[in-house]
Amino acid sequence: MSAPLISLQGLSKSFQGNDAVKFVDLTVDKGEFYGILGPSGCGKTTLLKMIAGLEEPSAGRVIIDGLDMSPVPANRRPVNTVFQSYAIFPHMSLEDNISYGLKLKGIGSGELKKRVLDMLDVVDLKGLERRWPDQLSGGQLQRVALARALIMQPKVVLLDEPLAALDAKLRETMKYELVKIQKEIGITFIMVTHDQQEALSMMDKIAVMNEGRIQQVDQPNLLYEKPKNLFVANFIGSANCLMGRVAKVEKGRTHVMLADLNQEIIAFSCENFKVSDRVQVIIRPEKLTFQDIELPSNHEKTINRVSGKLLEIIYHGGVSTFRVGFKNKNLKPLIVSQLNDDQQTKDGYRIGSHVEVCWRLDAATLVPVI
Amino acid sequence: MQSVRNPDAGKVKLLLFGEFISAIKSSLRNPWLNISLLVTLLFLYTPIIVLIIFSFNDSRRNIVWKGFTLKYYKKMFSNEILLEAFLNSIVIALITTILSLVLGVLTAILLWRFQFPLKSLYQGMVMIPVIVPEICIGIAFLVFFNMIGWPSDLIWPLSLAKIIFAHSLFCFPFVAIVVRAKLVNLNWECEEAAKDLGANAWHVYRDIWLPHLKPSLIAGGLLAFTLSLDDFVITFFTSGPETITLPIKIYSMVRFSVTPEVNAASTVLIVVTILSVCTAIFLQKENLKKGSFE
Ligand SMILES: Nc1ncnc2c1ncn2[C@@H]1O[C@H](COP(=O)(O)OP(=O)(O)OP(=O)(O)O)[C@@H](O)[C@H]1O
Ligand SMILES: [Mg+2]
Repeated sequence: MSAPLISLQGLSKSFQGNDAVKFVDLTVDKGEFYGILGPSGCGKTTLLKMIAGLEEPSAGRVIIDGLDMSPVPANRRPVNTVFQSYAIFPHMSLEDNISYGLKLKGIGSGELKKRVLDMLDVVDLKGLERRWPDQLSGGQLQRVALARALIMQPKVVLLDEPLAALDAKLRETMKYELVKIQKEIGITFIMVTHDQQEALSMMDKIAVMNEGRIQQVDQPNLLYEKPKNLFVANFIGSANCLMGRVAKVEKGRTHVMLADLNQEIIAFSCENFKVSDRVQVIIRPEKLTFQDIELPSNHEKTINRVSGKLLEIIYHGGVSTFRVGFKNKNLKPLIVSQLNDDQQTKDGYRIGSHVEVCWRLDAATLVPVI
Repeated sequence: MQSVRNPDAGKVKLLLFGEFISAIKSSLRNPWLNISLLVTLLFLYTPIIVLIIFSFNDSRRNIVWKGFTLKYYKKMFSNEILLEAFLNSIVIALITTILSLVLGVLTAILLWRFQFPLKSLYQGMVMIPVIVPEICIGIAFLVFFNMIGWPSDLIWPLSLAKIIFAHSLFCFPFVAIVVRAKLVNLNWECEEAAKDLGANAWHVYRDIWLPHLKPSLIAGGLLAFTLSLDDFVITFFTSGPETITLPIKIYSMVRFSVTPEVNAASTVLIVVTILSVCTAIFLQKENLKKGSFE
């Protein structure tokens, strides 16, 4: 097991008493596409700037490749950044922008030319060398910013919401482009984003952040399937949440009494809960089905079932969303998401009709309530 | 170009020259604007144009047109005192420009970047030379130089030091205002990007700040140059009897009689000023061509 490329130890930052980043511990391995995901204002940019050396931590350390970076100023760290505003130098041509860092390093003009040309090829900007920044589109500027960082061949490239300023279509293309470039070059990327779709589809590993703290670090699928708390569950995709209390604990199975529905359900659980712990039962909308749809194994013990009334059907094209309300009107309706390829789904349901909503025992995640 | 609040509207006029021209262009489409513009132009420039025309008048008196001549220009260029005054004015204006730029930029950066106690007081005090009537500043300098006993028998270039000192002090706040206005829209992340790419403090100044501030440095420098070149009041109070600048010389010539020679000297002053404005506009344009991405 090799040492991690980057490790953050208790990294904190406060601005005039306001904590922007609180005791962040992270490790990033070499070659990873690492994501930091969180809502706006949660301290993502501040965290990145501390790694780059552009912001002084209030506490904690940044270690890159085994070296403590505390005494190393930004201009001598093996890190380069793609800024949120791209920060393209307005008074330099595209070529000068890209070669700026190499020129400061004193790279000779022959090698410089070659490396710039290679880089233009990588980011697909060939032929635009002479352009000024105000003659480039948003997507092109974004690639200039990327090229300017990559050409330095740093150990890590930090990207601060690189796709946020692009329109939806371009964002989709750039998403795959970025992943492709990262895999091709093999440089470690740490990318910040507030867009969970972006994070899930691009990254090898994601740290979810809220209010300056890391909430959970996992691979995208685990983050989605096994959220550690309600914040993560809600932030990544949508989630149904039922409140309950642990009634009985068997091996690997936890019985939860849903007080609001006056009903007991069962969930697989790897966490150790004790009887009468308060828990939240989190179930993804697409893991819920209606009773009359055939289940792979219609064995009573593998299914939880609640009944309710169909309130609304929203058609989205490929899928439809159903909202199912309970007798107790104060409870939030369940969201059920179903593929539309099934004939039954298309015309089998009437608004106002009684439905049974089911899910498999392993579909729900239990989260302790603190 | 930035416009500056300045009680002396005539000086600002120079700065606004470029905008004025574009105003003319845009108003050509509207006849009513056309007429009002024409009246304004007439009002502003008739005296100047008359002055220039009569510098070519072949007559001792300035009132009646007697025919074209370059006689008074010849006479002027053989008038050694006038030439000396002209040289003095140019030297003073150039050195003043450099000193005001240095002081002005430092002040602007200080006010923009740093927080320190009594900052707003300091900020207000820097602007005082812009607000206080020139005559008061002139007298203040006169009293000040008397009090410290500034030597008055220095040889030539040194004898200008007193005027340069006074001019720099009243010019640099103008530079500071113009530069500060430009500093406000500097993209912080550009500076961080440069550092991130390996730039040290000096590189950041050279590659980020200087290109960004260039238009304001040109505008501020031009302002200082023209303010100093045509300054009469402050120079009058600070120059000794032995140093003479072009405005002062023109004034003393007028006291005897208003000859076409005076017109010729004034015309030269006007031409120098307009040339420097044109150079500044040209430099600005050059700058704009190199991408204006703000
Ligand atoms: N220089 C500063 N001075 C004071 N407070 C700051 C400063 N920079 C950031 N903050 C505060 O720190 C918190 C985190 O800011 P940060 O820019 O890191 O958020 P972010 O996660 O990048 O947000 P966004 O997604 O909107 O870019 C915010 O509450 C912000 O107001
Ligand atoms: Mg940010």
